[in-house]
Amino acid sequence: MKELIKNRLAFGALIFIFVILAFALFAPLIAPYDPSAIDTDSILAAPSRIHILGTDPLGRDIFSRIVYGSRISLSIGFIAVGIAVLIGVIFGSIAGYYGGRVDSVMMRFVDIMLCFPTFFLILAVIAILEPSIFNIMAVIGVTSWMGVARLVRAEVLTLKERDYVAAAEVMGASDAWIIARHLIPNAIGPVLVSATLGIGGAILVESALSFLGIGVQPPTPSWGNILMDGKSTLGVAWWLTIFPGIFILLTVLAYNLLGEGLRDILEPGLKE
Amino acid sequence: MIVKLNGVKKSFPIERGYLKTASGVVNAVDGVSLEIEKAETFGLVGESGCGKTTLGKLILGILKPDAGSIEVGTKKIQVIFQDPQASLDPKMRVYDIVAEGLVLQSSAVRRGGLNLPYGKIAKGQVEEMLDLVKLPKGALNKYPHQFSGGERQRIAIARAVLTDPEFIVCDEPVSSLDVTVQLQILRLLKDVQKKFSITYLFISHDLRVVRFMSDRIAVMKEGKIVEEGPTQKIYSKPDHDYTKLLLDSILNI
Repeated sequence: MKELIKNRLAFGALIFIFVILAFALFAPLIAPYDPSAIDTDSILAAPSRIHILGTDPLGRDIFSRIVYGSRISLSIGFIAVGIAVLIGVIFGSIAGYYGGRVDSVMMRFVDIMLCFPTFFLILAVIAILEPSIFNIMAVIGVTSWMGVARLVRAEVLTLKERDYVAAAEVMGASDAWIIARHLIPNAIGPVLVSATLGIGGAILVESALSFLGIGVQPPTPSWGNILMDGKSTLGVAWWLTIFPGIFILLTVLAYNLLGEGLRDILEPGLKE
Repeated sequence: MIVKLNGVKKSFPIERGYLKTASGVVNAVDGVSLEIEKAETFGLVGESGCGKTTLGKLILGILKPDAGSIEVGTKKIQVIFQDPQASLDPKMRVYDIVAEGLVLQSSAVRRGGLNLPYGKIAKGQVEEMLDLVKLPKGALNKYPHQFSGGERQRIAIARAVLTDPEFIVCDEPVSSLDVTVQLQILRLLKDVQKKFSITYLFISHDLRVVRFMSDRIAVMKEGKIVEEGPTQKIYSKPDHDYTKLLLDSILNI
C-alpha cells in the first residue's frame, strides 16, 4: 500500500476508481435527478447550472444517467472479470500442475479460444440469447479467461518445482490441497494485475455492445447506451456523447494505470 | 532396518528442441543398494551432481525408480531441504507452515477437505515445538521472509518434527547457512534425534558436516556408491581412490 501511494499515477487512478465506485454505491444520493425522469421542458438542454452535463432528447439529465450507468458498467466489469478469473485460475492451475498430455490438450483448447474473434463471438451469442445484463456479464467472462489461464499455468509450472510443494507431498498432501493451498495463493499476484486490466477491457466491451444496441437495453442506463443515444444528435448536442465517452475513457485508463502500478509493485523483477 | 534399497536406478532423458527428442540419458542414480538402520544417521556424501538429491527424492517417493526396489519401513517420513527460503511457502504464516503436517493428518483433510482446520489443531503443540527449536512465540504470526536463514531452517525442522516422524531425509540442511549457524542447526538436529529417536539420511557435499553427524557414511560418485562404512573407518582408512581424493581436498583448503 505504501508503495502504491508512492506511485502517483497508480494512486491517482485508485482514487478515481473510488470516486466512480462511490457513484455506483450512492447513486440515489449523488444523482440530482431520476435518471429516467422525462422532462419535456428541457429537451437537449446544454450543460448549465441546472443540468451540469446537459440533457438528452427526452429531457433526461445526463449526469444522473451517467451516475446510475456506472452501476451497470462497473458491475459488468467486476463480475465478467470475476468469472474470467475463476475459470482461468482453475483451468491454468490444473494444466500447469498435471503437465504433460493434460497440459497440451488444455492449452491447445486455450489457443483455439484465443483464435476466435472474441468480439464477434460475443455479438453472435448475445444475438442468439437475449441481451440481458446477466448474459452480457457471462459472455464477456466466458470469452476472456484465456489470458488468466496462461498466466496461472506459467506460474504454476515454476511453483510446482518449489521445495515447499515437495515437502507437502511428502507429508501426504493431495493434489487438490497443493493446488489450492500452495500454488494458487502464490500465483495470484500476476492474476490480480491481469484482472485489474481486464476490468477496463470488460467495461469497454460492454460499452461497445451497448453502442451497437445489443448491450444493456434502454431505459436502463449504461455508459455505452447513453453514448449511443447521443449518436443521432451528435451535430446539435455534443454533450450526449462526449461526457459518457470521457467517463468510459477515464475509468478504463484508471484501471489500466492501477494494473500497471500493481504489476510494478507485485512483480518487482519486471521493472529492471 | 528402516530403509532398504536394492539396485535402484533412475535416469533422466536429455531433451532437445521443440519435439523433445531424447538425445541421451543422464544416469542420476545408477544401481544403488544400501540399508539404513533405525535411529542411526546415515551420511551420504559426494560432489554436486553425483545423484545424492535424486536418491533422496527416490526414498521420499517424490520420484519413482526406473529399476530396483525401495523399501521404507515407515509411513512417518519427513524432509528438510537445503534452501529454507524455497521450502517454506512464502504466503503462509509460520504457524500454518509448522502445523501443516498435523493438519494433513487430520481426518477432515484426509476425506478431501481443503479447509484449514488449524483452529482445531492444538496451538500448544505448535508452540511447544517452536520452543524446542528455540524460536520465540512471537514467530507464530510472522511470514518466512521475516526470518534469517538459520531461523527458517529451524521452522523447517519444527514442521518436520511436529508430525512425530520416524525417518527424516535431510538434504543438505546446512549448506546455505554460514558456518556458525551451521553448527547450531546440526546440534539442534542431533538433540531432536536423541529426544525422538529419529533416523536420518543426511545428504551433504561437506565432509566435515557429514563426519560430525553420521554413524555410517556412503560415498557417492556419478550415481554409484563407491564406498560405504562406519564414519571412523571412512575417515581413517579410506579404501577407494575417490574417497581419498575427497578427504585430501578438505585438508588442502
